Amino acid sequence: MAIILKRKPLNLLEKLYLPQIVAGLSTTLKHMVAPKETMEYPEERPPIPKGYRGVPTLVKDPEGREKCVSCQLCEFVCPPKAIRIIPGEIQDEEHANVEKAPKEFDIDMLRCIYCGMCEEVCPEEAIWLQNQYSMSGYSREEMVNNKEKLYELGGTLPDQHFKWKKKKEAEAAGNAH
Amino acid sequence: MNELLLKITFALIVVVVLMTLCAYSVLAERKVSSWIQGRVGPNRTTLPLIGSLPVIGPMLTRLGIFQPAADGLKFLFKEDVIPGHVNKFYYVLAPIISLIPALTTVTVVPFGHFIYEETGRTIPLVLADIDVGILFLFAVGSLGVYSIVLAGWAANSKYPFLGGIRASAQMISYELAMGLSVLPVFMWVNKPGMEGTLSLYDVVVAQEGLWFAMWMPVSALIFLVSIFAETNRLPFDMAEAETELVGGFHTEYSSFKFGLFFVGEYAHMVVGGAVMTLLFLGGWHPLPFLPWELTGIMGAVVSVLTFLGKSLFFMFLFIWVRWTLPRFRYDQVMRLGWQIMLPLSIANLIAYAIIIYFLDT
Amino acid sequence: MSDDQKDDGLISVFIDGEEVRTKPGTNIIEVAASVGKEIPHYCYHPKLSVSGNCRMCLVELGMPGKDRATGKPMLNDDGSPKIMFFPGPAIGCGTNAAPNMHIKTDSDMVKECREGVTEFLLANHPLDCPICDQAGECRLQEFSTSHGAGYSRFVEQKNVKPKRTRLGPRVMLDDERCILCSRCIRFCQEVADDDVLGFTDRGSYSTLTCFPGKQLENNYSLNTVDICPVGALTSTDFRFKMRVWFLKQVKSIDFETSVGCNTEVWSREGKIYRITPRRNDAVNDTWMPDSGRELYKLVESDDRLEICQVDQVKVSPSEALSKAVELLQASDGLAIVGSGRCSVEEQYALKKIAETTKAVGVYLVGRYGEDDGILVSKDRNPNVRGALMTGLIDSLPEESLSELGAKIDSGEVKAILSVKEDLIAAGLSKAQLQKVALISLDTQSYPSTEVAKVAIAGLTPFERSGALVNQQFRIQKFHKAVPGPSGAVDDLVALGTIQANLSGESFPSTVASIWKSLGESGPFEGLSFQSISDEGILLDGTGFDSLPFVEGKSLHFEPKQEAVAAE
Repeated sequence: MAIILKRKPLNLLEKLYLPQIVAGLSTTLKHMVAPKETMEYPEERPPIPKGYRGVPTLVKDPEGREKCVSCQLCEFVCPPKAIRIIPGEIQDEEHANVEKAPKEFDIDMLRCIYCGMCEEVCPEEAIWLQNQYSMSGYSREEMVNNKEKLYELGGTLPDQHFKWKKKKEAEAAGNAH
Repeated sequence: MNELLLKITFALIVVVVLMTLCAYSVLAERKVSSWIQGRVGPNRTTLPLIGSLPVIGPMLTRLGIFQPAADGLKFLFKEDVIPGHVNKFYYVLAPIISLIPALTTVTVVPFGHFIYEETGRTIPLVLADIDVGILFLFAVGSLGVYSIVLAGWAANSKYPFLGGIRASAQMISYELAMGLSVLPVFMWVNKPGMEGTLSLYDVVVAQEGLWFAMWMPVSALIFLVSIFAETNRLPFDMAEAETELVGGFHTEYSSFKFGLFFVGEYAHMVVGGAVMTLLFLGGWHPLPFLPWELTGIMGAVVSVLTFLGKSLFFMFLFIWVRWTLPRFRYDQVMRLGWQIMLPLSIANLIAYAIIIYFLDT
Repeated sequence: MSDDQKDDGLISVFIDGEEVRTKPGTNIIEVAASVGKEIPHYCYHPKLSVSGNCRMCLVELGMPGKDRATGKPMLNDDGSPKIMFFPGPAIGCGTNAAPNMHIKTDSDMVKECREGVTEFLLANHPLDCPICDQAGECRLQEFSTSHGAGYSRFVEQKNVKPKRTRLGPRVMLDDERCILCSRCIRFCQEVADDDVLGFTDRGSYSTLTCFPGKQLENNYSLNTVDICPVGALTSTDFRFKMRVWFLKQVKSIDFETSVGCNTEVWSREGKIYRITPRRNDAVNDTWMPDSGRELYKLVESDDRLEICQVDQVKVSPSEALSKAVELLQASDGLAIVGSGRCSVEEQYALKKIAETTKAVGVYLVGRYGEDDGILVSKDRNPNVRGALMTGLIDSLPEESLSELGAKIDSGEVKAILSVKEDLIAAGLSKAQLQKVALISLDTQSYPSTEVAKVAIAGLTPFERSGALVNQQFRIQKFHKAVPGPSGAVDDLVALGTIQANLSGESFPSTVASIWKSLGESGPFEGLSFQSISDEGILLDGTGFDSLPFVEGKSLHFEPKQEAVAAE
């Protein structure tokens, strides 16, 4: 059954409508002098909350080595197939523990949906969706982040594990055969 | 010859001032709306030299002072689209007509007075001080509806057509109440035994003491509401109700023609505010019962500034109300016009006729 | 157990209580596999001897109990025979099925064994998976997921062993990953017959190495990479190129020799990354020669002919084909040079062209090399027998086309249609070729292609499908793995179009449709492309017994006695 709510009859002042107008005008006037909500974007930037999923980037460990070993799991898991990796071998002694690094690493930001699955799947904690959120370019080619760009965006993140270093420690501890 | 030159100079000054006012009203509209909505509004446009002055430059830029120039240039340089289905002659004519009444009415609007120091003779600062001032104003001002009707008709498409029809009906409805609401003012100005006048200057002179708004508040209110309706401002912007009619009568207009409509609308508002000031708020009198003592150039400047200030308050009011009140439904507009405003103004007229009769006798 | 000794010679074993009939002498892993139960194993390989050193395939075994005193079967309360399980587990690979044997593949003890073995294997195994090429097809990865504990109790430091050791020109070794299954050692000893690998040191110090002064460089070395259950042995060629889970496998045949090794071509997005052997117990078991794995490089080689040419000017395939038809119609005295690398279907189409044009000669270029007795035969053409069976030729091809050269010199031959052959390498001179209208269908730009009037860009074996007849007269299929270059035309389409235009009748130009006429009569009667199984079908080759085939003995091929005698 429908419920009928009787509207309260208006009194004369309310019928005149003028007090309401005045009330409305005073409300807007208050807002007019109130501090502004606008964030003037390019100069002011919003605070990025922790765990924000921005542009995917590649990071280096505190010793300046690239963490990515091009296992291509991110390429595999990427739902829109935005990631493209060409693996390569590294020969220099500095990275002797790790033999593999990406030769080319492209993320097509026109395809990327910022889902963060690449970050989740990465066994080396090398790919991170950090707080970079504005990507723009004049051409499609510009919107493809290559390896240099990705490392530039990513920077260095602290590393808790130093997974590859453990082997060198083991070697030093006399476990070498 | 000198007289003519002087008149032309005056006319040019008035037109320039009016146009500048219009341009900055647009800026004010944008700024006030953003402030009311908690935003900052246009604050990026800058000029090369002035903009780079220390302190002042950035301040002006933040206030958007240079924005009207950019807006105007944008209107000038945008592609002027004339749709294929329009009636070309009327289509081009309509925006011209929209500006003409606004610029014409301004000729009879006095905006100050000049008192000769030596003789004490007072002359009004007005382009044409004619006796039928208010009549001329109403007559020419209501021509403005033709531009809207023409635009709606010539565009030959649905939304402008509806906008035009709504505007014509609305303007006619409210013109009645507006006309009737000012009659008490002139009944008082034209005292028995005196030479009859409809000049706006005389109305101002009559307000040296009490302003009409003070003892004829109903008249002032009806006139104010009617001005809102006449200038198609919210809550009466039936003609271009963008949520319903896209752009209303100017849907098919672009570029400079749209700019003309835009400027015409704001010119109407400026003139409306000025007339309201003249009729009910004491014109250039700073305060009621304040005798005028300044003479010469100084006096003229003060009078003009006072008048401008009052008019600008009305401009602000127009903007303020626009960003406060929602739009009426069309039937509400009509009901308000015919069932409330018209009877009220008639009642008001009769009441003041009786009051003035007793006061005069 | 008289009831078990049935006439078929099979015995009954019970896997997890389920009766399975199997041949005596089959080991338990194979018996379980025959009913779809996988017993995890690393060191066992069906084609190698059993070494039993990984201990992953431990199962519980039991036999029906017998009362020692009376010799009568012991029975449970419900009358079923009582099974006496051995107290300890036994390896599945080294234990052959015995009559009435009971095997538990899933008991708690078996699970515990597997978990323990896995934990030990993982104790020193590096967490290399992200950079390991084996990841995705690694037995250790799979079994530690399905049979491992899922966590590590190992807190000590892991062993460090040599990484990136070069065992041979094509094989790299990472000793840390090695789980010491010895498959590679056994392969070298037993199949490749090149005993170069062995373990040194003991316990956790055990290390796989080459014998001093030797290298793993035989032509079968990459098979050790295939059978390595972990990523210890990796192919230098495929190393770090692509993860296996991206690759699409397509069944193909090794085009290198007439052995016809079954292969799988692994490609991603039209690019081939590697070729691995495919098990066919009648041809190549699970092996293939290293040389055959490099053939995919033809697809993207520098001299690839990607666009058709008429008089050395690049044209579209249809223009090239119409020009070819024009030339063929205009000239009498056509000689056809077919190829032993063509599929049966293409050879059939060539035969039809030869019939239509009344060709003055049909030739094949023979290619002969040394055989190694395993999977490389003397005849380096994969499909000479196909050409014989389709009737394209009736004698074995010569290495040199001197007969054709003589015919050109005498003016008898005025045009040549050559398919997939470098005529200059086959003994013709440039001057001779310039005298005739040469129409060639090639995948590579040969010296003879440069003098061809029309050069049609064809497809490599990886870009088309077809069937080959190997040295055993076994017809086997290969399939298209990657698309060809856009300017090239499928060989069969090219030949079919030429034949259709020459004869004025329609001619099938797809593999499936051409088999309708191929399977109507002749040696392929009753066959269709679909009906050839992945293992191939052995055809009757007795009609060609008189021909002196050159192949010697190889893994699953015995030459006919006459041929051996003739040699």
